[in-house]
Amino acid sequence: MRKWLDPFKELELLKKEMDELFRAFEEDFWWDMPSFRFSFLPGVSARSYPLINIAEDKDNLYIEALAPGLNPENIEVSVLDNSLRIAGEKPPVKDIKPEAFHRNERSSGKFLRTISLPVNVDAEKVKAEYKNGILLITLPKAESAKPKQITVSVS
Amino acid sequence: MKETTIPVKTDTRRVPDTRSATRTIRPPVDIFETNDGLTVIVDLPGTHKEDIQIQIENDVLTIKATPKSLLNIEPFYREFELCEYFRQFQLSDKTDQDKIRAEMKNGVLIIQLPKKEGAKPKQIPVTVS
Repeated sequence: MRKWLDPFKELELLKKEMDELFRAFEEDFWWDMPSFRFSFLPGVSARSYPLINIAEDKDNLYIEALAPGLNPENIEVSVLDNSLRIAGEKPPVKDIKPEAFHRNERSSGKFLRTISLPVNVDAEKVKAEYKNGILLITLPKAESAKPKQITVSVS
Repeated sequence: MKETTIPVKTDTRRVPDTRSATRTIRPPVDIFETNDGLTVIVDLPGTHKEDIQIQIENDVLTIKATPKSLLNIEPFYREFELCEYFRQFQLSDKTDQDKIRAEMKNGVLIIQLPKKEGAKPKQIPVTVS
């Protein structure tokens, strides 16, 4: 025999489900799923620029920034306290009249991005390398931020 | 210049992994015209000169490039992912296909597509009598 549904209870359940769904979105649920990660290049619209990837190993923190077409001499990388500053300018195409363009999708102009670092770094030893339009910054961790191995002694 | 996409022929017996084969980035381009021809500028960050393929077949210009990340460990924070770049354009019949040149610098590809001699504009001086 079929049980009668309680309409109020059903509504309550639906509300719960909806809340669950929104909570998932708030927690960047989709972002964490490999199939929902997306690949894109910064275009004309304003976004944080340059886009970065951060990786770490035992001794260093690595920041990879996607910034094609820069003059390596004009990239400013500096570390102050716990923040990394990347500044520079992507030069526009020179001496071309706007009406000569068939397509203009690449952006240009000045940019500045400040990234707060998750660990203390040794500001003196930071290295930056620009290769094929990608900027790789290697930040050695400060001694205090490195993991310490503690040996367990048996008594 | 018209953008075009030619369907890729697939071998039905060996279906490629659709996730890797069809996931491509459409890189942003600038195209402008001068009296001598067209210039195509493409942003291809992370691509080494050797990893770019530029092909012309049946008046279609194909740009294909495979970028490489400078990191060899998986990042814990990710804003972008590099995968193959792919874009195609239909060339006009006024392009001199034998004189196409391409140059790569700092992740930016510049392709020069010169016009055929007959297609270049002729300057006619105006004399005042």
